[in-house]
Amino acid sequence: MSELWKYLLAFGVWPGLLCAAPLGWLELWFMRKLVARLQGRQGPPFFQPFFDFMKLLGKETVIPRGVGRGIFLALPIVSLAAVTAALAIVPMPGNPIPSLPGDVVLLLYLMEVPILCEVLAGYVSRSIYGQVAAMREALLSLAYNLPFLVAIIAMAQHVGSFQMQALQGAPFSVVHVVAGLTFLLALPARMKLNPFSIANAEHEIIADSHIEYSGPPLALFKLSHAIEVVLLTELFAVVFVPATPWPLVSAVLYLAVGIAVLGLVTLLATSTARLRLTQAFRFYWLWGGLASVATMAATLVW
Amino acid sequence: MSILSRVVAIARRKSPWICRLNAGSCNGCDIEITPLLSPRYDAEQLGIELHGTPKHADIVLISGTLTHRSRKAILDIYDQVPSPKAVVALGSCPASGNVFAGSPTVLNESLDTIVPVDVWVPGCPPRPQAILDGIARAAKLLEEGATRSQLARSLQGQQAQPQPQPAQPDLTQPELARCEQGRP
Repeated sequence: MSELWKYLLAFGVWPGLLCAAPLGWLELWFMRKLVARLQGRQGPPFFQPFFDFMKLLGKETVIPRGVGRGIFLALPIVSLAAVTAALAIVPMPGNPIPSLPGDVVLLLYLMEVPILCEVLAGYVSRSIYGQVAAMREALLSLAYNLPFLVAIIAMAQHVGSFQMQALQGAPFSVVHVVAGLTFLLALPARMKLNPFSIANAEHEIIADSHIEYSGPPLALFKLSHAIEVVLLTELFAVVFVPATPWPLVSAVLYLAVGIAVLGLVTLLATSTARLRLTQAFRFYWLWGGLASVATMAATLVW
Repeated sequence: MSILSRVVAIARRKSPWICRLNAGSCNGCDIEITPLLSPRYDAEQLGIELHGTPKHADIVLISGTLTHRSRKAILDIYDQVPSPKAVVALGSCPASGNVFAGSPTVLNESLDTIVPVDVWVPGCPPRPQAILDGIARAAKLLEEGATRSQLARSLQGQQAQPQPQPAQPDLTQPELARCEQGRP
């Protein structure tokens, strides 16, 4: 029973829903504010992502005609649940759940579920724009998953274990640097930020694959994206930043690294324009592939 | 009013997402919306976001002369916006037809006869400040639950509840029907 409580605590409170949602809103606000400041604007107030979420909760849900009601409403819930469960696995300081053997695999699997949900949401919606967005999302995930997966798997190879805590506790080495850079290469596309904002191109295809969503399901998709941002930045911090023996220092360090990575990615997003799908694909298979090879070579050498 | 619905009401004022609808405009009003999002006026300070799809919008900005062809599009897009919603009419054209009034392709009636308009922003074209003010006023109406679609909905809700009404003579019915016929 106590095991169950630990899992529920990790899923619901820390680092799960209750703490990750405000953190995600904070990070989203930070990104939007930074973009605005870089463009010479004032930017949104601090509570803006929270208000967006609350407003969407209070709106009506329109389900398009001919769309399966069950799957239409289930997709955002599955997406949110998967991304929260993935965050609960990450060994943040104070995370109550025990480390499982092979939880890296589980984490990587759970991180694919929100993308799958987005693709399905686009195809389910019966909107042509949504279907184009879903197609782009699906194809792009084939591209950026190469460096992303290799960065994590190389770390596991380097440590010799598929356990998150082993990855976290590994002594700092060259592999951390090379794999971290490979991870950063995949991060903008993973977050759907500007040079790779091909799936949510708001000028060509109006919105991303949740174009037909409105009200609470859209709010859950937005929340799921916010938590995904937290998950990606904190995953980078946990895996590639050397851990300290003091949990509080680690927590502050992870948060600082997360914000710094976010700032870096936002800077890139503000200063670039959108690529075409072919260009992004070529970029990830060429440079991402080369980075992946370098990362795997580094694990063999060091 | 519970605390949750109070927070939702405040959130409606703080995050009005807008959707543009050009109903046959000369593009003058639409081009005045663009500066709203630029550094000079920066509508994002008020939480305003421009969305391409009516499904995500709270406020529809309708600009331009109403033409015979755009009438159905206006109704379609208005219906797609999930409630609560507000309509802001931009410029003189939706009200009067402006210089295009009397043209054979132009619908010679105000936008109000097609969808319930909450805020009129006059001008040809209106200044960006005026548009921003119109959106802010519509957002305030959304918070108070006082947009015309919200009021109509709450009125419907009241009518749905069985209320002890004194027996009314049925004399008003033909008049009501005549009024309804006048509406499209």
